[in-house]
Amino acid sequence: MTDTDTSLLDKAAEKAVRATPAPLAFRVRGLSDRAIAWLFITPTIVLLLAINIFPLIWAVHLSFTNFRANRPNAAIDGVGLSNYQRVLNDPDIWQAMQTTAHFVFWTILLQMLIGFTLAHLIDRKFRGHAFWTTVILIPMMLSPAVVGNFWRFLYQPQIGLFNYIYSFFTGVDPSSFEMLGSVALSPWAIIIVDTWMWTPYVMLICLAGLRSIPDYIYEAAEVDRASAWRQFWSITVPMALPFIMLAVLFRAIENFKMFDMVVLLTGGGPGSTTEVASITLKREAFESWRTGRASAFAIILFVAVFGLANIYVKALNRVKQR
Amino acid sequence: MENTTPHKKRPFFLRRGPMENVATALIAIGFLMLFQPFALVLYTYSLVTLLAGTVMFIIVSKFPE
Repeated sequence: MTDTDTSLLDKAAEKAVRATPAPLAFRVRGLSDRAIAWLFITPTIVLLLAINIFPLIWAVHLSFTNFRANRPNAAIDGVGLSNYQRVLNDPDIWQAMQTTAHFVFWTILLQMLIGFTLAHLIDRKFRGHAFWTTVILIPMMLSPAVVGNFWRFLYQPQIGLFNYIYSFFTGVDPSSFEMLGSVALSPWAIIIVDTWMWTPYVMLICLAGLRSIPDYIYEAAEVDRASAWRQFWSITVPMALPFIMLAVLFRAIENFKMFDMVVLLTGGGPGSTTEVASITLKREAFESWRTGRASAFAIILFVAVFGLANIYVKALNRVKQR
Repeated sequence: MENTTPHKKRPFFLRRGPMENVATALIAIGFLMLFQPFALVLYTYSLVTLLAGTVMFIIVSKFPE
């Protein structure tokens, strides 16, 4: 830095000091480092408490009451554990939980398999790999509303491209099946869309894991005449495992809350075939207006995801320590 | 001089490792109970199991190794 620059900076600093109101300058000068640190993080903490923690505590409170959001002026009575008992004895909610588990299992399995395979291919750095990475990432960047409407057209039995491509390969008449209207096919229609949209995300995390493996490990394995298969199972998979697990955790948490895609594609139908937990929750809260019971249901889902995250973080730490 | 006094081992329920495993098992069982398609009674008791496991995990993860 030259002398001219230093003098310019000094002048700017002097100007700032002069512009600071005297009472504020006096107050700031008397603060310790710790106090200044608190001053900076307090707005974030206050915002976090107001947006995250308070609604959570409020939902816990509501889950023990008979509160209905459409009757805000009615007296609120405590009902003890009755909301929880009803939710945990309701066969329809139980069915919704099973549907959710089905979605989570298949979407994660498919996304992991395809995502990791794509990451492995992209990691080979072939000609034009940067372009293909961008192309693969496009579905992830789209809005779920756009993706939902776009796939509804693709699934149309008369004009939809999906049915035509399927019929091209199998010879089945395109208008003979309806992906969104069939009880057997509609869950798979949603699984396909979610996999199409979120596989790039999994690919990106797996790619980060693969890129973090140093080349010298593979070189050492080459020297030891390890086969490509052996290198994959003994080096690539164990070293990328924390990243794969992280991707599974993120996708599992997201898919337990899956709502937008199901609403846009099937609305929970036909019948209640694709009614996942979040849709049942929304119906309880905003169609039946049983806010207390819906809160109890939300808390049950929260406990399930929180418990799962605990196990996962523990497993992740173990893998990292290895 | 080397200390030859035998190191007193903490009881099982005060050690972090084994208790964390118990809590993890409880969470996993509760989670499976919540999403299984076989018996409604298992679904009914899933929250209690999950909650017990989660609270236990939070407490025992503060124990020394």
